[in-house]
Order: sequence, then structure tokens, then C-alpha cells
Amino acid sequence: MIHARGLTRVFKLKKESVEAVRGIDLDVEAGQLVAFLGPNGAGKSTTLRMLTTLLPPTSGTATVAGRDIARDPAGVRARIGYVGQRHGAGENFRARDELVTQGRCYGLTPAAAGRRADELLDLLDLRPLAQRKPGTLSGGQRRRLDIALGLVHRPGLLFLDEPSTGLDPKSRADVWSHILRLREAYGTTLFLTTHYLEEADSMAERVVIIDNGEIIADGTAERLKNDLAGDRITITTTTEQEAAMAARIADGEAAVEATGGAAVGAAVEAAVEAKAEVQGTTVRLRVANAAAALPEYLRTLEAAGVKVATAETIRPTLDDVFLTLTGRSLTDDDLPA
Amino acid sequence: MTTFLRDTATVFTREATPAVREPLGLLFAMGQPLLFLYLFGSLLDGAVGSSWQWFVPGILVMMCLSGPMAAGYLMLVELLGGSLERLTVTPLNRTAMLVGRTLKEMAVLLCQAVLIILLAIPLGFRLYPAGVLAGLAMLIVLGVGLGALSFVLAIKSVPSGTLFYVVTQMVMFPVLLLSGVLLPVESGPAWLRVVGQINPISYIVNAQRALFSGDLTNPSILYGTAATCLIAALGLWLGNRAMNRGI
Repeated sequence: MIHARGLTRVFKLKKESVEAVRGIDLDVEAGQLVAFLGPNGAGKSTTLRMLTTLLPPTSGTATVAGRDIARDPAGVRARIGYVGQRHGAGENFRARDELVTQGRCYGLTPAAAGRRADELLDLLDLRPLAQRKPGTLSGGQRRRLDIALGLVHRPGLLFLDEPSTGLDPKSRADVWSHILRLREAYGTTLFLTTHYLEEADSMAERVVIIDNGEIIADGTAERLKNDLAGDRITITTTTEQEAAMAARIADGEAAVEATGGAAVGAAVEAAVEAKAEVQGTTVRLRVANAAAALPEYLRTLEAAGVKVATAETIRPTLDDVFLTLTGRSLTDDDLPA
Repeated sequence: MTTFLRDTATVFTREATPAVREPLGLLFAMGQPLLFLYLFGSLLDGAVGSSWQWFVPGILVMMCLSGPMAAGYLMLVELLGGSLERLTVTPLNRTAMLVGRTLKEMAVLLCQAVLIILLAIPLGFRLYPAGVLAGLAMLIVLGVGLGALSFVLAIKSVPSGTLFYVVTQMVMFPVLLLSGVLLPVESGPAWLRVVGQINPISYIVNAQRALFSGDLTNPSILYGTAATCLIAALGLWLGNRAMNRGI
């Protein structure tokens, strides 16, 4: 559905030129649900705007829905749906009128556009709001109308730019249930940007992480988390000395005297992926498989005479993946725009 | 070509539907010209010869300046919201987006102009049909040009919109006053007359006055037509360029 090669966009700001997107290669097969994740200013929207023909790339090529974005933008436009970051329905127009206009834009006759508008109003539970103007709709209702506008011509590929931003949890869940239902019913390929980590994690089959205009990770959320972040183990001890000892054991620096302890210690050391962090009586470790490593670790600590007060394991989030890759947290600077 | 016509019709229908659904809005938008017509028109009666032949064309030119400006404002709102972006991702022809919008403004302007003329007749306005038709035709061409310029300004004002407000506030009012739409510039001081001569709108106002008085051979009509065509050509050229460069 999408094949991009070396997609680059440079913006000229006064005399400086800013490289917003730096040579992106991307392939999306039909039927996939891809989440494009990254902090603000990473190049998510710029990439999306290039793929949807809103912005010509400075260099690089892309075919979207079988058409070249530079040579046949009209062909691309006829085959894709786009739900932008801002609201698609004009303030001055009634919901149904905008849907009819949208149908006419894709070449439907007035009668066909009217029928399609009614279908979509039903599909997205907007029927009672048909004669209302967007200003009188709630955030979730407006978003559903935006999505309806993107679906008028039954596109095989739908781009959504931050579809759930600014919505309350209930409306977000509601918008998502509509998106997923659509996909199930029509097999639509979905390419969306989001900065909600949990959303990308739970909804998308494939997560593409972009930072500083470059793709830095690409895969299923599960694989990214396993390969790039690993689980976390957090234990607390009764004293700070014991915490320091526990960290040294994890890092393999302390010898464990009890019988068999050395072997176990080595196993723990092998499992640990990064240096243990100590903060007061708390020790944090990163391991590939916490469920397997924790019992070993606790046994080793017990053999070394370290009293563990609490122990917990945490599955990594996509934020941990981003942190591992960039040394920054996605949530730090990623405020909703 | 057929796609272009269809797209133009789509945009025209979209823009015109709210006005058709709420026709009273058109009347409210005419509040100012109507007030001017009744208030100033009566005050000026006798001061400038046949005041209605002098004043009605002025009001029409004024509407022809404010209408396209309002259209530009509406487009700016759509640019700052996401609705115009949504339309640019459809196969809709870019030029048709501009032309459809402009045609709608022209339809509105024509309705309002006819209404003003009809309301002015009982006050003492004498109708010279040939002159009035020619005058309206000139106004429509002017409106097309000004509408396109207003759309260009709206496009250039993204993302803050400030440029649009600054230019319309700084330019529109002086242009309006110095064109002698409401008060005769000829009786003003020399500098005012010079400024009036630089202002292309003055030529159009003078041409309109000649036409609405039935004075069809007056040379001012030639200058007015030239100024109108110049504005229209400039507006359409810039507008088309801006739309196809991407918004």
C-alpha cells in the first residue's frame, strides 16, 4: 500500500534550513494497522503530509495505493482517505451537507453522494446529528464526523493524524471501536500517528518509531519491547548497604559465598542487561525475562544474606523502547499540540 | 473541462448552501450598507446634485469591497481549521476551489446589489437600465478580482492569521474613504485629490456614477473598466498561483 524510499523534506525557515524528515524508507502492506509514533517535531505529520500529497517531498519517492505521489497526486488522492489533525468539517456547514460535498468531490452524483452520506451517518452513529453544525458537537462526535468524511469514497487506505488527541477516555475508546470495526468490516489499511503510547501499544500491529526525522525502530510492539527494552525488576531492601550489595550481585561484582550461589549469581548476571541502579533502598534492574530472572535473583540475594522487603517486575512500555534508543523519554517533551 | 465544471459546481453549492438555508443572514450582512443608504443618503440629498445617482453606486462599490473581504475571512477560518486541508486531499480541482468560492460571492453580491437598487428607487433613485446592467457587470468583475486577492491574503496569513487582519484593517478603510465612496473627494484639499487619483477604486467609483446616471459615453467609464480588469487579472493570476503551489 505504501512504499517510500529516501523521503526527505527540508523546510526553509528564514535563512536556516531545517531537515524535518531525513530519508525515510517505509513499506506498508495492505491490511496492516500501523502506528507512527514519535515526539512532537519528530516528523510524523510532515511524513504523513508528504504521503497524502499535501506537501511535495524535497527528495525521495513514494508510491501510495499504487500511485506515485509526485507524478500522479490526483491518483493518490482518489484512492486514499485522510483524517487530519484538525477538524475536517467546516464550521459553517451542517454535518450531512459536508458529507454530501465530500462525495461530490470524489465524483459521486448528488443522489449517490446523498445516499453515501446517510450510510456514513448510520455507520458512525451520527444520524441524529445530521443537521447540526460542527460547533455544536462534542469532541468525540466531531472526530467521528471527521472519520466519516475520510471514508466517503471507501478508501482502501486511511491516514489518520492523531485521531484521538484531545478526547476524553470514553470518546477515545469510542473512536477506536469505530476505527477497529471499520477495519474488520472492510479490511482497510490504517496508517495513523499518535503520541499516546498505550494506544500504539494495544491497537497497532506494527509500530514505527520516528525521531528527529528518521525511523529508529520498526516492528510489533511486543518485539520492540523485548528486543529493545526488556523487563524491569524493582526490589527494595531494608537498609541501603543491602541495596548496594544487591546491585553489586546483579552486576556480578560481588562473590556469593553460599553453596551453589556462584552459579546462580552468574545466571543473574547473564540475565541483567544494564547496570543496576540504586536509589536509597531501591534497586532497579533491566532483564530480558523478568518472570524467569526474579526467582533466581531472590535466591541469590537470600544466599548472600540480603533481606528483600518488596519485589516487583514491570513489563516494558514503548516509552522504555524510546528511552533505550534515544536516551530521552517520549512523555517528557511530548505534550499534545 | 467537465471535471473542472463539476468541481466548480461542487464548491459553489457547498458555499451557497448555508446562505440558502439561512437567507436572513444575507440581509443582516447588508446592515451597514442599508444604514448608510438611508442615513447618509438622506443627509447628502441636495449636497451633491442628484444624491441618489451619486450615492447608490458608492454603496455598491463599498459592498464590493467588504463582501470579498468577508469571503477571504471565511476562507482563513477554513484554512486555520482543517476543512480546507480535508478538501485538498480529495481530487477536487484546485482552481475550481477558488472559482467556485468566488462565484458564490458574486451571486451574493448580485442579490444584495439588486436589493439596494430596488430599495433606492422609492427614495428617488432613477433607474437607467443599460447603465445599471453595465455597472453591475463591472462590479462583478471587480468582485472576482478582489475576492481572489482576499483568498491569496488568507493563504499567505496562515498559520497565525494576523497578516489578514492587519492588512484588511490598514488597507480597506483608507481605500474606502479615499475613493470618495461616501463623501466627495473633489471638494477636499489638493493632497486628498492626489491620493484619490492614485487609488484605483476611485476610477471605478467614478465610472459607476457615470453608468448609474445613464451617462454612457463618459470617459471615466473607460478608466474604471481598465482599473477593474487590472484588479481582476492580478487577483486571478495570484490566486491561481497560490492555490496550485499548495496550501
